[in-house]
Amino acid sequence: MSLGPRLLHIARLVPEGSRVLDLGCGDGALLDFLQREKGCSGYGVELDDANVLACIGRGINVLQLDLEEGLAMFRDASFDVVLQIDTFQHLRHAEAMLRETVRVGRTGIVAFPNFAHWPNRLSVLRGRMPVTRRLPYAWYDTPNIRVGTFRDFQLLADKLGLRTLDAFGLHLGREVRFLPNLRAGTAVFRLEDRGRG
Amino acid sequence: MTLVATPRRMDFSAPLPLRSGATLPPYWLAYETYGELNAERSNAVLVCHALNASHHVAGVYADQPQNRGWWDNMIGPGKPVDTDRFFVIGINNPGSCFGSTGPMHAHPETGEIYGSDFPVMTVEDWVDAQARLLDALGIERLAAVMGGSLGGMQALSWTLQYPERVRNAAVIASAPNLSAENIAFNEVARRAIVTDPDFHDGHFHRHGVVPRRGLRIARMIGHITYLSDAAMNEKFGRELREAVAGSAGGYRFSTRDIEFQIESYLRHQGEKFSDYFDANTYLLITRALDYFDPARAHGGNLAAAFAAARARYLLVSFSTDWRFSPARSREMVEALLEYRREVTYAEIDAPHGHDAFLLDDPRYLGAVRAWFDRIARGLA
Repeated sequence: MSLGPRLLHIARLVPEGSRVLDLGCGDGALLDFLQREKGCSGYGVELDDANVLACIGRGINVLQLDLEEGLAMFRDASFDVVLQIDTFQHLRHAEAMLRETVRVGRTGIVAFPNFAHWPNRLSVLRGRMPVTRRLPYAWYDTPNIRVGTFRDFQLLADKLGLRTLDAFGLHLGREVRFLPNLRAGTAVFRLEDRGRG
Repeated sequence: MTLVATPRRMDFSAPLPLRSGATLPPYWLAYETYGELNAERSNAVLVCHALNASHHVAGVYADQPQNRGWWDNMIGPGKPVDTDRFFVIGINNPGSCFGSTGPMHAHPETGEIYGSDFPVMTVEDWVDAQARLLDALGIERLAAVMGGSLGGMQALSWTLQYPERVRNAAVIASAPNLSAENIAFNEVARRAIVTDPDFHDGHFHRHGVVPRRGLRIARMIGHITYLSDAAMNEKFGRELREAVAGSAGGYRFSTRDIEFQIESYLRHQGEKFSDYFDANTYLLITRALDYFDPARAHGGNLAAAFAAARARYLLVSFSTDWRFSPARSREMVEALLEYRREVTYAEIDAPHGHDAFLLDDPRYLGAVRAWFDRIARGLA
């Protein structure tokens, strides 16, 4: 099974043999890839029944838990990498989850759709919420409870005292390091707890 | 195609040493098998039963086409645990009343019916007895062990007692021990039996009677705890069995008549149960439930109890199960995470309470099927 270019790029950020916790792991494709191709191990956390079933089918360890209830069952620094790929925008307690991400993982990798990507700005300028490949939902019927920008996230990470190890945009599978807030559909952050660094 | 099951019996001449320090004298076990053991002997799945169940896990008997195995929706040809691929074994635990040696049988030396002299057995003792039967069948290592409720406790215990003999364990609607409330329910049921004048200190056989009143009440209590409030309301609500014409609200204004449907249902369940279940078995099995607590030997640290475990686990809980609640399964998940054990956990949002583990829920059966499919792929 092949990953899309976005997940493939994120997989590159995960070191070989890492212990991985994938929060909101979806159908488990990324974790499955990391296990098979990069010798990683770990768990996915997912709430949706169909996704849980898909994960079991792939043979990855999936835990059906509600992320809104926190990560209390996971010990401090018990994972090398905690992934939050397109999960952040679905969580009500996003701040708490970010703190938990860097508590449980030595590093956290967060990726989400960047609302400041220029086509979105253009759409809003025209007075309409964007509907794009990356944000495919109509404003009245979307699972995303928030949208945010690359720049917003940077400020939030600073506010929470997280160290940003790396931050860049992704667009069509390519890294965007020049003006990512304008030029990338996806924002990617690699974070760690400042106390740990 | 309906699976036709054949009950078998295996005799054990060596007494079984028990956790209590006592021994179970020579005994026999009733068991059934489904499917074929492969040449590598690697596809065996052991199914452990709970309080009111037996070795008759799947299929029907040739002469009893209505007598369906208690987990027939889960196990059989093409079912989630597919007997076309797995060799599935159901064993009746000693002390039970469905075919294996139990309190209703005679002590092999004295010839006296055991009654309440049948030794108290633990979950660990049952697992030892099951292991002996597997030895005799030539099965060194199980592809999987599975069970729900008390059966789940046995599956869990397998992975701790014989870590090298279990590759996978499905622990469904279970718990790492009983809560005080849970023990309390068991105790009420036991008191109902023990205080029945027909109990005769457990030697009711000598008097030619059965403590049916106690058994009925024990079953009624148990049954309430297996259902959820919502499921009971959905099924019975406040519905009356038959409204009395002309009476205010249709009530009879009696304190003893069966007026509400739920009363009728519980009495029927109690009556049925008292026809076949042994009173001493009820006491023994609920005691085994009370005692189970693998963390106890590790100062209450469940994670430490899992330190030796090697199996891959599937844990399943049901949202409305308040007797073996999701929180108890999450405790086990947390303990397994501590030593980085392989674990998958499905929390099924089902309205049926504890009974859900025996029912047809496509998400539940689908998860078990996918998990066993993965095991089957590993066999090839």
